[in-house]
Amino acid sequence: MRRLAAGMALLLAAAALLPIVGGPYALRIGMMLAMYISLASSWNLLGGMAGYPSFATAAFFGVGAYTGALLQGAGGPLPLAWAAGGVASALVAFVVGWVVLPLRGHYFAIASLAVVIVLRQIATNWTDLTGGGMGLNLPVLALGPEAQARMIYAAQAVVAVLATLVSVVVAGGRLGFSLRCIKQNETAAGMLGLNTRAAKATAFVLSGAIVGPAGAIYASSVSYIEPGDVFDILLTVEPIIMTMLGGVGTVFGPLLGAGLFLLLEQTVWASFLSVHAAVLGVLVVVLALFLPDGVLGRFRRARA
Amino acid sequence: MTALLEVSGLSVRFAGLQALADVSVTAEVGEILGLIGPNGAGKTTLINAVSGAVRSTGRVTFGGRSIAGMASFRVARLGLARTYQIVQPFPAMTVLDNVAAGALFAGAEGTLPRARSAAERVLERVGLQDAAGRPAAELTLAQRKRLEVAKALAARPRMLLLDEVNAGLNASEIEGALALIRGIAAEGVTVLLVEHLMRVVSGLCDRVVVLHHGRSIANGPPAAVLADPAVVEAYLGHRYAARAAGMAS
Repeated sequence: MRRLAAGMALLLAAAALLPIVGGPYALRIGMMLAMYISLASSWNLLGGMAGYPSFATAAFFGVGAYTGALLQGAGGPLPLAWAAGGVASALVAFVVGWVVLPLRGHYFAIASLAVVIVLRQIATNWTDLTGGGMGLNLPVLALGPEAQARMIYAAQAVVAVLATLVSVVVAGGRLGFSLRCIKQNETAAGMLGLNTRAAKATAFVLSGAIVGPAGAIYASSVSYIEPGDVFDILLTVEPIIMTMLGGVGTVFGPLLGAGLFLLLEQTVWASFLSVHAAVLGVLVVVLALFLPDGVLGRFRRARA
Repeated sequence: MTALLEVSGLSVRFAGLQALADVSVTAEVGEILGLIGPNGAGKTTLINAVSGAVRSTGRVTFGGRSIAGMASFRVARLGLARTYQIVQPFPAMTVLDNVAAGALFAGAEGTLPRARSAAERVLERVGLQDAAGRPAAELTLAQRKRLEVAKALAARPRMLLLDEVNAGLNASEIEGALALIRGIAAEGVTVLLVEHLMRVVSGLCDRVVVLHHGRSIANGPPAAVLADPAVVEAYLGHRYAARAAGMAS
C-alpha cells in the first residue's frame, strides 16, 4: 500500500511538472492520458465494480461536449462551461439510469448503447441548437497555442485526479461494497435490504459527472464538434478495453490500462493506420482469452 | 399474543400453474411456526411472496403494516429477513463480508467497520468464525446453509423466514442447528421454518401449517397436525391413508 501511495505521488509530481518541462507533443500525450484515465475510471465504477457493462460513455461525453460548447459559445467562462458539462451528463445519467438500470446483463448493455444512438440522432437533427450534422464552432480562445495546450492539459489532469479520487473513495466505502455485492449476487443483495437500483444509479450518475467535463474540455480544445465525433462509439468501447487491460473492478486498473492503451495507440497503431479497428478487435479477443483479470490481476496472481 | 405476520387470501400464479391459492397464515410474536408440505406444495413460493421476491395477490401485513407488493429491500429493512433453500452467497467475497452485508444494508450498522464487527459476533454464534476470512465459494454445503442464517441474523430481524436450512446436515449438526434456532426464538425473534425433517418440526415448532397443492390443509400443534388424516394422505397417498385409518380403528 505504501509503494502504491509512493507511485501515485510520483505520478502526480510528473503530471504537475509536465506543463513546465514538456513540449507540445508531451502536453498532447499528457492530455490524452488524463482523458483516458477519466473515461476508464468512470466506466469502472458501474461496469467494473458492479459488473454492469455500460455502453453509455459516449453519450455522457457527447452531452458534456455539447453543453460546454453551447455555454462557451454563449460567452460563459470556461470553468463554468466545463462544470456544466458534468452537471448535464449527470442529469442524463440519472434519468436514463433510473429507466434502464433495472435491466440486467445484456439487456442493460443494449439499452445503454441505444442511449448513445438516440442522443446522437437528437444532436444531428436539432439543427437550431446544435448546428446538426454541420457541427458546432466554438469561439477561439484568446490565448497562444502553447498557453492553450497547457491550460487544456491542466484541466483534463484535474478531472483525471478527481476521477481517481472518486474511485478510491467509492471502492473503500459503502457504495463500493454495495456495488461488489450487486456484482456477486444482486438478488441476495436486495433481500438483505440493499436498494440496488439506487446504488447502481449513484454509480452511473458519478460516471456521468466525470465524463461530462472531459467531453466539455475536449470540445474547448478542438473548437469544433459534430455529432459523429463526440458521440463516437469508440469513446464507449475504448475505455472498456483500457479497464480490461489494466484490471476490471480495481481502482488502479483503469489508470494502468489507460497508460498501456495510449502506449499501444502511439506505437503500434500509428504504424497500422488503415487496420486500426482490426488491431483493436484482435486486442479484445486476446484480452478475453488470456488476460480476463487484466495486467493487475495477472501480476497479483503471479505474486500469490 | 399479537400477530406479527398476517397473510390472508394470498395467491400466486405462474402462467398456467396456481402455485398458491387463497392461503392464510398468521405468525404470533415470538412463535416458531413450521411450514410443511410435500415437494411442490408452495412452501418456498409462500416465502418468496411474503418477502417480495414474486408477485402475489392478497393481503400481507407485517407488524400491522401492509407489505404486499413492496420491494424486497424495503421488506428486509422493516425487519423481515429470509434465507434461501438454494443458497445465495456472494461467492467471491469473504464469509465475514457476506454477513457484514446483512448488518450494513438492513441491520442499520452505519459504517462498514461497524458492520464487520457485528458480523464477527454473528459468525461466532453460528460457529463459522474460523471461516471468516475465506471466500464463501469455498464453504461446504452445510456451512453455506449456516452462512445463509448468519446473513439473515446480521440484519437484526424481527422475524426470520428459514427455508430448509437444515437439509443435508448430519445428526450432530442438526442438534446444533436446533439449539441455534431455539436461541434465536428465545430472543423474541419470530421464526417461520420450512422443513422436511419431522424431527426438527416436532422438536421445535409451536405450531405447524401444512400446504398441499398450493392450499393450506391443516394448522395446529405438531402432534395433532401430523396425525391428521388429510396430512397423511397428502404425504403418503390416498391408499396408505386409508390403510392407516383402517389399522387405527
